Formats: sequence, structure tokens, C-alpha cells
Amino acid sequence: MTIKPEERLAAALARLILDPAAPPARHIAVGAASPVPAAACWLVRKQGHPVRLSLLHKRSGNPFTEGSRELFDLTGQGRIDLFFLGGGQIDGQANINLVGTGEWPGSNVRFPGSFGSAFMYFMTPRTILFREEHSPRVLVEKVDMVSAPGVSPPGVFRRGTAQALVTGRCVFRFHPDRGRFTLESVHPGESVESIRAATGFDFDVPAEVPRTPDPTEAELALLRGPVCDEMLETYPEFCARVFDRKQAA
Amino acid sequence: MTLPMTLTSLEAMAASVPDGAVLALPPDNSLPSVALARALVRRGAKGLRLLGVPVSGFATDLLIGAGCVAEVETSAVSLGEAGFAPRFTAALKEGRVTVRDATCPAIHTMLQAAEKGVPFMPLRGLIGSDILAHRPDWKVIDNPFAAGGDPIVLLPAKSPDIAAVHGVMADAEGNVWVGRRRELATLAHASKRVLATVERTVPGNMLEDERLAPGCISATYVDGIALAERGAWPVALLDEYGFDAAHVAEYAKLAKTEAGFREYLDRYVFNLRAQAAE
Repeated sequence: MTIKPEERLAAALARLILDPAAPPARHIAVGAASPVPAAACWLVRKQGHPVRLSLLHKRSGNPFTEGSRELFDLTGQGRIDLFFLGGGQIDGQANINLVGTGEWPGSNVRFPGSFGSAFMYFMTPRTILFREEHSPRVLVEKVDMVSAPGVSPPGVFRRGTAQALVTGRCVFRFHPDRGRFTLESVHPGESVESIRAATGFDFDVPAEVPRTPDPTEAELALLRGPVCDEMLETYPEFCARVFDRKQAA
Repeated sequence: MTLPMTLTSLEAMAASVPDGAVLALPPDNSLPSVALARALVRRGAKGLRLLGVPVSGFATDLLIGAGCVAEVETSAVSLGEAGFAPRFTAALKEGRVTVRDATCPAIHTMLQAAEKGVPFMPLRGLIGSDILAHRPDWKVIDNPFAAGGDPIVLLPAKSPDIAAVHGVMADAEGNVWVGRRRELATLAHASKRVLATVERTVPGNMLEDERLAPGCISATYVDGIALAERGAWPVALLDEYGFDAAHVAEYAKLAKTEAGFREYLDRYVFNLRAQAAE
């Protein structure tokens, strides 16, 4: 069975979650409509790592008894270690825009809105940015409007920012000290040149850029088995499409 | 709630919502009364100011499409897996609805301030976001408990005129059971009136049952209860029924155009059989 792009992305996200150089991920929360990050978190769990996983949109056995308010209160206290955010636009300083393009509040294209990003991005020790579409319209030099900034001036309370940006083409690492991304690895079929052509912002490139590793046989077996089992209820369409598995009627 | 609890009809409940009211709706995974939204469309409500607690979904798009809404304050409007909310997007583009963008915990915090009866509460984050730049009603102060140089945002208390919730059951005392979605209690405490639709009524007093009491919105806060079977449909209701993804996808497809949206209303909102079902 060939490796699906979503499986590669989930494995890449799982490696970032387990990065020993990053602050520890003891409690991870996953928000709305994020099947690939959810798969990555379940993969980490099924590999035996003792991580607490709170899926905001889990219908049965939802982890919160005070809804999303409890997620934000936990995060305010510093009890959520890692969160995932996306963006209609993401720029080279890791600013994210979930509002729209053109004039405020989205005279050209209107995105759904900022959700909890203007809080979570500040209050979580690390955020992994994830957006499958990697194109100049998404990865822009400067976002039209800022839902949440990637870096803050000294004095503004902030626990962390982006660790990395994972797209359908590559993995970027974020360096908050200089407010820039570095190309960390490219997915199969991509090159530094193809990434440059698809990216609206400037980024740093090391002398050697490795290929994003394939998921191992063990990772694939977990993703297609126990990870899929956990995800079927919340993400039936994703499980049918990626793992070719339908929920029992 | 006056005792003993008397049920009202869904249409009478909709008639009690004045045009221009600030109407708070929970998101699609947390028990919005879609039945009341449909009844408001039927009654031709105007100028409603919707509050997404903290985000907005199906019912908000329906009310906006039907011309019931002047303003929406929310942290996002979406149909989930079915994509962007088409009537919201169209109304925003045409300038028919004013959008006040927020971020989820800010909405919870403004309600928590109202619940406590204090004029404002602080919230971390937000500084450097354009959301804050577009909210003249939100202020930044220097944390008075720090040594200086610690800016923090203050949010005003928000007390919606009406909260529209769909619970699983109401008892003879007028308590409404919402299971683990206890953030709805904060919404109920903060709102001037709570209008609840429910799947069914049960005898007795749920507050006397230790296992049911924590999931109740106390009758203290509830101003009207109407029976509406499948009143959250097409969104999910706890473990009672799931999200009707096929229906929401059909809605999303039809609501891409004004004509398609009108067709949807005729079929599912104005249609007599749909009303009988409610």
C-alpha cells in the first residue's frame, strides 16, 4: 500500500511533537477540523508516550465538562503544552491570518474567523502551524491582517510561539529570535527551488536540505490500525479517504 | 421560571424574541436551539444581533440568510466539514451584516464577567492582534499588581438579551439538562433571559438527583421552555443523535446562491411537515 500524503504529514508532525529540543508535550489539545494533527497526536500516544490528549471536538467522552471555556482556562494557566494552528494566510514572521483578505474584516476573501488563536498562540509553550495547501496565496510575505502575531515585543506576556510550519510540500522550522523560517526538510517530489516558487515569503536554507523521511512500517501500522480506530467517530470522512475505513453502521 | 413549569409553543417562544435583541447561540457542538432559529425565520425576525458563544455555525448562517440579522459578534462562522458559511460570507460582502470579530476566550471571559456582576475582566493574549485594533470597546492597561511594563487586555461584561439553548430534557420544576456542556450554565447566568427548547419533559426535580444536578441549567435562569423533538438538528445533541453531515452538505450546496437558499427554506423551514415535526 502506497504512503498517503496525510500519513507522511502525520508522521512528520509526530516527530516534531517528540522533538527533545522543544518544551515537553505532556498535554496536547487539538481544535476544530484538524484530522492530520489529531492523527499525529494519536500516533505519539499509540507509540507508548504518556501524553494526555484533549480533542475539543470529540463527541462521546469529550474531555471537557465545561466546553471550550475549560480548554482556554487550562491554557491560561499553562497546563496545555502544545496546540496546532493553521491560517488562511501565514507569513514569514509566523503571523497568522484567519480573518480574511483585503480590508477588515475580509472585503476580498472572508475566512471563518480567528477562533481561539489570538489567545492560544501566546499562552501555549509551543504551537505547530499546519496547513496542507502550500502556495503563494497562503504563504505570503505579509498577512493582510493579523489574527495572532508570531512574535511579540519584549514585555508582552507570551509563553511560546511557532515551533515549526508543516505544509503539503515541506517542513519549516521557526526561529523566533530572528523572526524567520528555515527550510528543514522537503517532501518527496519537492526541491529548494520548487519550495521557493510556491512560497511568498523569504526563508533561510541550510547547505543540505534532507528529504522528509517516510513513515516507518511501524508508524504506518499504527496509523492504519489503532490511530484510525480512535479517529473514526470524530473524522469519518478522513478515515474513509485516507485509511479506506468506514465506521460500522 | 414560574412554578409549576408550563411549556410554551415554539412559535410563541419565537414571538417573544423582540427584533433587535442580542441573541446568544452556542456553537454546533454545544447545543444551540436550531429549532428556535427556524421559528425566528418563520416569524420574520429582524435586526437580531447574534453572539457566537464562542463561535457560530449552522443556525447563524440560516438566520443571516433569512435576513433576520443586523450584526454578528463571534470568533468564527463555519459549517465545519461542510466549509465556509455561505450566507454569512455573502451578507458580509454585500454589507448587509456588521461583523465584530473576537477570539473564543474573550467571549467566554465577557460572559464570566457578567455572571459575576463585575464590569470587566482581564484576558491574556490579544496584544498585537488586529482583532484588538478593531475593538474600541476593549482596553489595554498596565497590570496594577506587577511592577510595571505588563500590558493586559480588559474586556467589558457582556449580558445577552436572550440565550437560545437546546437541552435534552426539562423537568416539572423547569430545570433544563445539558449534560457535560456546563459552559452553557455560564451563558445562562450571564443572559437576561434563557429560552430553552428540549427533546422531552421528565417528572420530578432533577436537582434532587446527584448525578443529574451538575448537568442542569437551574430553573432560576430559565424563562421559557418549548418542546422541540430533534431541535438541535442538523447539528448533534450529546449522545442523543449525531451531526447530520449529509444534510449540512446539502445546505452548504444550496446556500451558495440566494435562490438555492430560498429553496432550502421552503423545503426545510417553512414547509408544514417540518413545522409539524417540531
